[in-house]
Amino acid sequence: MTAMSDVTVLLLTFFMLTSTFVKKEPVQVSTPASVSEIKIPETNILQILIDTKGKIFMSLDKQPDMRAVLEGMGEEYGVSFTPDEVQKFSKMATFGVPMKNMKKYLEMSQEEQDAVLKDQGIPCDSLDNQFKSWVRTAKSTNPDLRIAIKADQKTPYSVIKKVMTSLQDIRENRYNLITSLKAVEAEKK
Amino acid sequence: MSADVEQKDSGKGKKGKQKKMKTRVDFTPMVDMNMLLITFFMLCTSLSKPQTMEISMPSNDKNITEDQQTKIKASTAITLLLDGKDKIFYYDGEPKYNDYSSLKETNYSADGLRAMLLGRNQAAMAKVKELKEKKLNMQISEADYLDKVSEIKNGKDTPVVIIKATDDATYKNLIDALDEMQICNIGKYVITDIVAGDKFLLKNFETKGSLSNSTAN
Repeated sequence: MTAMSDVTVLLLTFFMLTSTFVKKEPVQVSTPASVSEIKIPETNILQILIDTKGKIFMSLDKQPDMRAVLEGMGEEYGVSFTPDEVQKFSKMATFGVPMKNMKKYLEMSQEEQDAVLKDQGIPCDSLDNQFKSWVRTAKSTNPDLRIAIKADQKTPYSVIKKVMTSLQDIRENRYNLITSLKAVEAEKK
Repeated sequence: MSADVEQKDSGKGKKGKQKKMKTRVDFTPMVDMNMLLITFFMLCTSLSKPQTMEISMPSNDKNITEDQQTKIKASTAITLLLDGKDKIFYYDGEPKYNDYSSLKETNYSADGLRAMLLGRNQAAMAKVKELKEKKLNMQISEADYLDKVSEIKNGKDTPVVIIKATDDATYKNLIDALDEMQICNIGKYVITDIVAGDKFLLKNFETKGSLSNSTAN
């Protein structure tokens, strides 16, 4: 029995040290493969998630940033949030709701939020470009943020172009594109 | 009982001899708990960290004057047009609107786009290969290697690739094209918006030059 417990403890240690927790994402995204071997840094990441239909979601990895960003956005769009709502928002893994629905969304329970989030998405049109405001606010609260775009491989280029031009407009010219490793992808096929 | 301590008397009459103690600890609950934790970690975490591709886009600031922009020689430029249905076209230098055969079709496989780009970037590839060997033989350090590679990539005679994607192209097409830039050691590439002229070229190619013929006549 001692041998077995040794093995399990070893495995446990291995898993604890090497793995990272999976973030809850509203939409399933399969990233395209590339040969690039640069690893993405763990902190100070502003992740932009784009699904096949072109819905945009965002996530930040630090709670104080989330809080500041929501307050900044509230000021810009004339929505005031109670401290409770800000607290609730800061605990979210991913967000992507138009500002006019934000207050209603924050009132919902966790289950309801999960159910509706995938039908929402941040508007990124030329008329109502809230995406741009989100990135700008996030960037002003934490200038060290790196922008990472995670899009599905079937996402049409027109959507990517929209995101890229929005980023260009606010002079964010350097960013990362998240991909998976090519070798792994080849085995799957 | 999770731990038993057994006592055994070896004999009755012998006094003064120490009692033998035999201990046995039951590990089963601990193993159970460990297994549970392992299962939890296996299901809730991911082992591989995602890769990333760094990219810098040109600024579209209107205040930049003509001479601040980098001009490229038309002769070294290759324009890639990414179309829908995983099609890819390219032309060299300036577009020739009256000749539909100036636009060539290729594909994303190793002997399509990659072979074409490698053919044009042979000088740089050879230099990078040489450097790689030097690095393997520990003649130069990793930092030196990276420095030199980027120097070669941005050298004067290396080709410049302009990537233009139509709205029908997918994100995968774009990544594949960018990937080829990495594989072929092309340091100078840019993603720009497709213009009406390029769309005309694509249509003209599809109809085998009937568009340019009709405009010429």
